[in-house]
Amino acid sequence: MNTQSLLSSLEDFAQRSGQSVSTLSRKLFNDGKTVVRLREGGQLTPRTLEKACERLEELEREAAGPLGLELSHLDRLEAESIHIMREVVAQCDNPVMLYSVGKDSSVMLELAIKAFYPSPPPFPLLHVDTRWKFKEMYEFRDSRAKEAGMELIVHINPDAIAQDVGPFTHGSATHTDITKTQGLKQALNAGKFDAAFGGARRDEEKSRAKERIFSFRNEHHRWDAKNQRPELWDIYNARVKSGESMRVFPLSNWTELDIWQYIYRENIQIPGLYLSSERPVVKRDGTYFMVDDDRMPMEPGETPEMRSVRFRTLGCYPLTGAVESEAKTLEGVIQETLLATTSERQGRVIDSDSGASMEKKKEEGYF
Amino acid sequence: MAHHDPLIATDIKAYLDSQARKSFLRVFTCGSVDDGKSTLIGRLLYDSKLIYEDQMAAIERDSKASGTTGERPDLALLVDGLAAEREQGITIDVAYRFFSTDKRKFIIADTPGHVQYTRNMATGGSTADVAILLIDARHGVVEQTRRHAFIASLLGIPQVVVCVNKMDLVDFDQSVFNAIDVDFRAFADGLSFDDIMTIPVSALNGDNVTTRSDKADWYKGPSLLNFLEETEVDRESLEAPFRLPVQWVNRPNLDFRGFSGTIASGTVSKGDEIIAMPSGKRSRVADIILHTQHLEHARQDQAVTLTLEDEIDISRGDMICRTDHPVDIADQFQAHLIWMDDNALFPGRQYILRSTNTSVTGSITALKHRINVTDFSEVAAKTLELNEIGVVTLSLSKAIPFDAYSDNRKTGAFIVVDRLTNRTVGAGMIDFALRRSKNIVRQDLIVDRTDRASQKGQQPTVLWFTGLSGSGKSTIANLVDKALFERGHHTYTLDGDNVRHGLNRDLGFTKEDRIENIRRIGEVAKLMSHAGLIVMCSFISPYRAERQMVRDLMEEDEFFEIFIDTPLAIAEDRDVKGLYKRARAGEIKNFTGIDSEYQPPVRPDLRIDTTVTSAADAAEQVLDLLRSRFRLDDPKLVMRDGGGI
Repeated sequence: MNTQSLLSSLEDFAQRSGQSVSTLSRKLFNDGKTVVRLREGGQLTPRTLEKACERLEELEREAAGPLGLELSHLDRLEAESIHIMREVVAQCDNPVMLYSVGKDSSVMLELAIKAFYPSPPPFPLLHVDTRWKFKEMYEFRDSRAKEAGMELIVHINPDAIAQDVGPFTHGSATHTDITKTQGLKQALNAGKFDAAFGGARRDEEKSRAKERIFSFRNEHHRWDAKNQRPELWDIYNARVKSGESMRVFPLSNWTELDIWQYIYRENIQIPGLYLSSERPVVKRDGTYFMVDDDRMPMEPGETPEMRSVRFRTLGCYPLTGAVESEAKTLEGVIQETLLATTSERQGRVIDSDSGASMEKKKEEGYF
Repeated sequence: MAHHDPLIATDIKAYLDSQARKSFLRVFTCGSVDDGKSTLIGRLLYDSKLIYEDQMAAIERDSKASGTTGERPDLALLVDGLAAEREQGITIDVAYRFFSTDKRKFIIADTPGHVQYTRNMATGGSTADVAILLIDARHGVVEQTRRHAFIASLLGIPQVVVCVNKMDLVDFDQSVFNAIDVDFRAFADGLSFDDIMTIPVSALNGDNVTTRSDKADWYKGPSLLNFLEETEVDRESLEAPFRLPVQWVNRPNLDFRGFSGTIASGTVSKGDEIIAMPSGKRSRVADIILHTQHLEHARQDQAVTLTLEDEIDISRGDMICRTDHPVDIADQFQAHLIWMDDNALFPGRQYILRSTNTSVTGSITALKHRINVTDFSEVAAKTLELNEIGVVTLSLSKAIPFDAYSDNRKTGAFIVVDRLTNRTVGAGMIDFALRRSKNIVRQDLIVDRTDRASQKGQQPTVLWFTGLSGSGKSTIANLVDKALFERGHHTYTLDGDNVRHGLNRDLGFTKEDRIENIRRIGEVAKLMSHAGLIVMCSFISPYRAERQMVRDLMEEDEFFEIFIDTPLAIAEDRDVKGLYKRARAGEIKNFTGIDSEYQPPVRPDLRIDTTVTSAADAAEQVLDLLRSRFRLDDPKLVMRDGGGI
């Protein structure tokens, strides 16, 4: 090995192990500045070079462990989520997985398949439908549940059907409360579920950042933010009395970027709405909304226009803003996400009411 | 957002590949209230340009409404997410924040500084590799600094970085910094940190947070972020003995039987000889499965499924080990315990202990001492209150596999769960096993309890009469005893008169002593039931948990809780022994109903309302209950499980 190849191995190892070049320089040469000197054309005696190479190999072996097993950040997150899911199945009588068809749900479903393989995940999927999701989401949902070999429970609040509740006629707050918050409670009560998996992440929103992975709900599905059970190590306490339940968030420690990286690495299916395409949209209050069907009333002088847009999150189409984008591939979407200057929830009408809005909704039983 | 890497724009695939190999660090912040923990994290996120524009706009809006920093944005608002926190300007619960630099990904747990939220601080610290401890430069090491440093050390966190914050308020005076540095190191000498780093910072202004500050030119060390990026964490020792706590048995069909769990330590390879504890059965690893992959080796922190070459019986709660280093099993331990509930710990009361993969009932048999966290002195104590730390001995209903916490943070930890509220009330770290259990091999009695009861033509039964003083418990119990005796049954009555003066004369009437009183009576009643007797126990026994504890000592069908329901006013009016009058006068302390609580049974086997039922009728109702459950018949003639009845 010559000086040049030693330098490139050292830089590669520095990158992988998260150690600085100067730290490694100190470890190899007992001097933090030697590497800088070598880069500038400095020379080593053959004996020093040989010893440094041996030492670097030794460090690489140490970092990789006896069997060459390294775990990446994503591997660790995956293992943690699997551990959480298995714990729920072991401790709870009747769990269910909330499936909302978005990218986080897609990752959560994939992790469930991994956790219990070769058994199918031993719980059903539950979709609390509002009747206002994008058409494409319904098709995607049905095909994924079928492929996973899991029962799919779809619940629509009968009151919402009876009163024909929708975001245009009733406003976003009422629509969300009746179809999502009340609908979810109805579905959980009807199924007598003592645990429900949700795909929420702590990086999404400030009150989510405060929530435990195993989050207790009383018999009215309420979250008591100020009185959460302590949660230490990876030991989870899922004990509840009849009527009470646990909401469990296996993706708590994932960030949006982790989700995208994992989708990319594992080649996970996601709805096409995440990728850009020419779609009919109207611009309201500076945000593009997709005209997904003829239930969307046009304002005077308003006509849908075709634009290349994609969605950063998926929900009810009248409440989910699109972003203009040319990213037609997964890599392109990730690239744009990394360069974005606004958070992904910005496109959601529900969050912008007030700072504590999500906390309040969660206390009332929203996911 | 600060994904500044030029690769993002030029070669996203290369960027994603490089990201996949980043290392990972879990950090948590602690320190006293107002030392600036949330501000520091806000500053780390802000200076790393990890705040989105819409988030920043919201912060600026909120800063005007509730911020504590005047015109400047209050960065603490980035992390204080609960409405109550924003209103009060304090942190109540742990917040998890995520950020990454070119070198590392970080999870930061921001934990509360107030004493009453210490349990939340321990929650945040239990999984951390590094503790960031903040100290206000103006106040130096205070009690809460000591408390948090102690807990961080107790939780086994190897490294602590002390940020002496608000250096701007002391003009970056080196002597102030040095004094705190010396003070902290002297104090931390008695703790178990491998490494201590101290850095002078101003979270508010960003000095020495992400970049070195020129205001403290006397400081030659790294900035905080620099330190966190560079520090080496001995997070996993892959050389440690292999431990797979079995979480779930995977059995999709008769041809596949896998054991799923997250490897707690060490590595395993195909073909390794393994031993399952506590059964001690041996086999070899046939396959290591992670979804559709079949691995040759697996290591600590991987969530895998093992299949074995032989069909041996393994279930959740067992631990698979390599035969060279099997895990110990024991049912009695010494442990350090952090108490986390508003209701104090009661030695003797039954709790649930949950380890990484199993839960068993058990009790704290002795509280050896409480630890004064300010000077680590040992203080004698009868109980642990919220946020107190003690050294205890535990006795479990069955033996579990374990390692000492100092050897293994995964297999040496447990939580304590209250059986009635289901709350997590304590967190424990096992020090070592007490080997006493091995010496007490239970005598295998040749004449068993059924034989003894059969000889008497009855089934062993415990009738537990509970109710206020003067409710009529003893009167009714005595009538039942007499009636049974006259019919030729073998009985005995335990009550205050024959227990308090002898067996329990060392006990008073505090809550702790009442619990111990009932525990001993329960054990005596159990021995008597083993002898085949029908035992009447007549005790106020005010706490639900203790009555449940006694019920749990007995066989499922032999315990009957009889609630003698007499309203306080009537019992006080009767005042047979004149005790209420003395309690009202303050002559007797801790008197149930007056200045001590009575928790009525939720679902007693029999409730007797003495305002409408005479003592003789009440006794008859108890006898009816016994007849209806066949307690007065020879056990060998009574069919079990409802067969044919």
